[in-house]
Amino acid sequence: MPHDLARAALQGLLTRTSVPRDVVDYIVYGTVIQEVKTSNVAREAALGAGFSDKTPAHTVTMACISSNQAMTTGMGAGRASCGVHRDVPALQCPCPAGVGMIAAGQCDVVVAGGVELMSDVPIRHSRKMRKTMLTLNRAKTLGQKLSLISKIRPDYFTPELPAVAEFSTSETMGHSADRLAAAFGVSRLEQDEYALRSHSLAKKAQDEGLLQDVVPFKVPGKDTVTKDNGIRPSSLEQMGKLKPAFVKPYGTVTAANSSFLTDGASAMLIMSEEKALAMGYKPKAYLRDFVYVSQDPKDQLLLGPTYATPKVLEKAGLTLGDIDVFEFHEAFAGQILANLKAMDSDWFAQNYMGRKSKVGAPPLDKFNTWGGSLSLGHPFGATGCRLVITAAHRLKKEGGQYGLVAACAAGGQGHAMIVELYPQ
Amino acid sequence: QMGNRNVENSCNTCDFSSLGYACRNISTSSALQNRTHVSCDIKGDVAVVRFNTPNSKVNTLSKQLSAEFTDVMNEIWANEAVRSAVLISSKPGSFIAGADLNMLEACKTAQEVTQLSQDGQKMLEKIENSPKPVVAAISGSCLGGGLEVAIACHYRVATKDRKTVLGTPEVLLGLLPGAGGTQRLPKMVGLPAAFDMMLTGRNIRADRAKKMGLVDQLVEPLGPGLKTPEARTIEYLEEVAINFARGLANKTVSAKRSRGLMQRLTDYAMALPFVRQQVYKTVESKVQKQTKGLYPAPLKIIEVTPLHHLICFFSFFGQLAVTKESKALMGLYHGQVHCKKNKFGNPQKEVKTLAVLGAGLMGAGIAQVSVDKGIKTILKDTAQKGLDRGQQQVYKGLNSKVKKKSLTSFERDSILSNLMGQLDYKGFEKADMVIEAVFEDINVKHKVLKEVEAVIPAHCVFASNTSALPISQIAAASKRPEKVIGMHYFSPVDKMQLLEIITTDKTSQDTAASAVAVGLKQGKVVIVVKDGPGFYTTRCLGPMLSEVVRVLQEGIDPKKVDAISTAFGFPVGAATLIDEVGVDVATHVAEDLGKAFGQRFGGGSIDLFKLMVQKGFLGRKAGKGFYVYQEGVKNRSVNSGMDEILQKFRVPANPDVCSDEDIQMRLVTRFVNEAAMCLQEGILSNPLEGDIGAVFGLGFPPCLGGPFRFADSYGARQLVDKLRKYEAVYGSQFTPCQLLLDHANSPSKKFHQ
Repeated sequence: MPHDLARAALQGLLTRTSVPRDVVDYIVYGTVIQEVKTSNVAREAALGAGFSDKTPAHTVTMACISSNQAMTTGMGAGRASCGVHRDVPALQCPCPAGVGMIAAGQCDVVVAGGVELMSDVPIRHSRKMRKTMLTLNRAKTLGQKLSLISKIRPDYFTPELPAVAEFSTSETMGHSADRLAAAFGVSRLEQDEYALRSHSLAKKAQDEGLLQDVVPFKVPGKDTVTKDNGIRPSSLEQMGKLKPAFVKPYGTVTAANSSFLTDGASAMLIMSEEKALAMGYKPKAYLRDFVYVSQDPKDQLLLGPTYATPKVLEKAGLTLGDIDVFEFHEAFAGQILANLKAMDSDWFAQNYMGRKSKVGAPPLDKFNTWGGSLSLGHPFGATGCRLVITAAHRLKKEGGQYGLVAACAAGGQGHAMIVELYPQ
Repeated sequence: QMGNRNVENSCNTCDFSSLGYACRNISTSSALQNRTHVSCDIKGDVAVVRFNTPNSKVNTLSKQLSAEFTDVMNEIWANEAVRSAVLISSKPGSFIAGADLNMLEACKTAQEVTQLSQDGQKMLEKIENSPKPVVAAISGSCLGGGLEVAIACHYRVATKDRKTVLGTPEVLLGLLPGAGGTQRLPKMVGLPAAFDMMLTGRNIRADRAKKMGLVDQLVEPLGPGLKTPEARTIEYLEEVAINFARGLANKTVSAKRSRGLMQRLTDYAMALPFVRQQVYKTVESKVQKQTKGLYPAPLKIIEVTPLHHLICFFSFFGQLAVTKESKALMGLYHGQVHCKKNKFGNPQKEVKTLAVLGAGLMGAGIAQVSVDKGIKTILKDTAQKGLDRGQQQVYKGLNSKVKKKSLTSFERDSILSNLMGQLDYKGFEKADMVIEAVFEDINVKHKVLKEVEAVIPAHCVFASNTSALPISQIAAASKRPEKVIGMHYFSPVDKMQLLEIITTDKTSQDTAASAVAVGLKQGKVVIVVKDGPGFYTTRCLGPMLSEVVRVLQEGIDPKKVDAISTAFGFPVGAATLIDEVGVDVATHVAEDLGKAFGQRFGGGSIDLFKLMVQKGFLGRKAGKGFYVYQEGVKNRSVNSGMDEILQKFRVPANPDVCSDEDIQMRLVTRFVNEAAMCLQEGILSNPLEGDIGAVFGLGFPPCLGGPFRFADSYGARQLVDKLRKYEAVYGSQFTPCQLLLDHANSPSKKFHQ
């Protein structure tokens, strides 16, 4: 169950940071597909992970940016994990910016994270069946019960799978991504090349031991997962053979150039700078600023980063040139490339964003250089923390000051955050 | 990847070294340097042919376009570098919207039309048999001749948006698909579906067309990218179509459609002669029943579809095009186009917030057709119960579209967010227009007018949805009569296309402009008439209904009256019509108009209506009128309670004027005479709007084209003769008006030239 994975992330965080459990004032978790038994998964996981039962916890949801929302709610930076079951250590982050519990003075120490268990999503009975079952509860006599049962027909047993489609438009995200890629004239080859890049870079980072944010997870009854297990650098020829997955038969988005859905959980320790220093921690990074944006869920479903990037830069008083490290959520190769083209278009900026000029496209040599969701996988609710912590780790490793994290999410929403390396 | 742009040539420079049969046309292509309707690009080995009728929103198959198209195709066939072709429009909203009607109307004889049809078919046959595959890339309307072009191609790719519709609307103009569609369509979609398309003329949306096998691939519309959504979508459609064209030429794509089990079974059954015959028989009897033999086109369509000799089918097309039914239907088409324009120009202020007073059938209907066009609508009633009913009506109307999949549940919800149901005048200070649909009583109207004027802003228009009360009387209570206007909707509002707008002497131009703009936005066909008792539509209907009562009094039973009137072409029988309108409403109107017009509205006894009201026989809404209405019962029976009433008012019939034909003519001549009088008095500004109002608002037989077209085709002289004959028996209600007399006295005078 999802809380098991979340629990592992939280325990990993406790182990890595040695933070005393009773210091934690609050826990916020992001998740997308809720397990009905643990709808406040934050609380269940925290209790199971041995946090104090005096530490309140709540769960937030905002599609693929749920754990971003968890971080900004607690206001801190996070620690993320991703890939298959992985949890991550926490990063202490003082957070001088913005809102949230720490900034509001409500709390000093917050744990934020996210979890998604894609391998066991709740599947419901049909509405007819649910109705019959609920009525059955109220039936008093055996006769009433039998008469209700006798009304059950074979079609009552057809299950309802949680839809991966947008509620407002009934369009699946992959389909929207294919249309987005077409709208920006992104070719199949470009998408395959980008996906291959993501896998190659992730493999390289993994081999070099850069993905230190992973916490091993013992799968009950199976082996321990110690690393991201979705990284599969292939060849353009191999990838070129795949048939389109959504717009058939002529689309460009395939299984190989889309992010894959995996299980995963993440957790991150966020503190005010004073508290961190007082407790003797050396923070990894500041969470400087963040924005949320939203736009048309039909035609601009995945353009969140394009809208969020110039906004967060402006808010932080920075320009694209000040950014040393970009960590964007790779939902689809086509989505990333469309966003890069949109960010590089004056026409788009003027006609759709109400801006005078384009913000510019991030240089690829600073962009997702340790892989991304395409190669590491995308456990919806957990991905946001991974982006932030990777940005922090890359800043430290590559020696930059500012990192920019951006992601799109279902509902046509988006998010961006500025991460600043804590002075070494 | 579209191939290298540098190798793209224009057709103008294509290679003519390969001398095929196309060379015969080389002499005609000397004019190709200045083609205006069709252009051609070569992209690698694919020719892209673009239709673009200049200075027009839509492409039409005109002589010019057809000639240029033939030229371009001949060049493509002659060009060895080209292996396949794509046909596409430069206009995102229209592939080809149909044949050029002016071209058809300019033809004097059936032979001329037959020739046109044959020329078209010859060209399409060449496309069908083209050794180089031709792909139609369809975005926007693909109707009539446009569909014929598309189905002659080897493959069809269509944009899946609301603007993209395919269909054969010829039957609505009294024609049949004239360039081989009757032969190709059944092969493509099967006989039953082909009949359905050709006999109803319905528009088929792209996704449905894909399911039917009418198109092979769909392209989803794109959002904004580096160009506008429209521009990029049609470019993308072209890219996809080019890929399929190339695939067809390389044989990596097959044009063969995999047909579902049901389709294969249907095909198999259809191949059996007796099943075929049965289908024909069923369809024919259905059409006979519905058209009463008044419309020649549907029967001809059935006749030509069994792959008869093409020659016979061409001549049928020619024959149909010159029938008076086709002329009438084309006249209505032109009238509709005319009534979709705002002759008052754009209003100073667009109506963004509308308030509707009264949540009854009409009020809720008006609200429904407004919210779904994005107008914020306040629906106000005086009682919670009435308001609930009205809101439920709007919801139900929209939800039925969800059930038919023409709307998503999400779209329904967001449309409903435009509706505000309330019992008070909150928010009226923001209203740009108020339409009242309250009880038809001048005192009630005056009361709400005064209440409303106390809360609305200065620019707000006050419109009354009354069916008979003169607008100037209502406006008499207004502080600002220039802002008062009549907007007469027809029930059910979401189904009836007509809106009759009534201006008084004091109504300002801008108020009229605003009302017409709202009507057009609501999707209505709008006629604008002058104020007067009954305006135009109610006034024409009055004398006819009075005559219906007279006929009933003479002992003809309601079923017979219905049969006689539908046989003449009225979609709803005359007795049923009274039930539908409501006997109480009819009484009300008859009394009012009787007072205003006296004997001319006489004939039937109004006391018969009054007694019906007394007995509660109010028509359909009460479950009883001339007929008994029961939920779920289709074959309604005559209300036996009426026997006594009819007996009471029984008058002797004069056998000289009581044949079926005479009864029909008694009803129709009174209608036409009153319509002519409206034109004579200036209530109507032209005969065209009179025809549109009668057909779309009152169900005047469409095959006759409206009262004025009917007067022309039947002959004013003959009409006057009939009127005189009945006048001699019944009196002055049949006295022909001066305008009709004028027309009768000079045969060259026509309402429609």
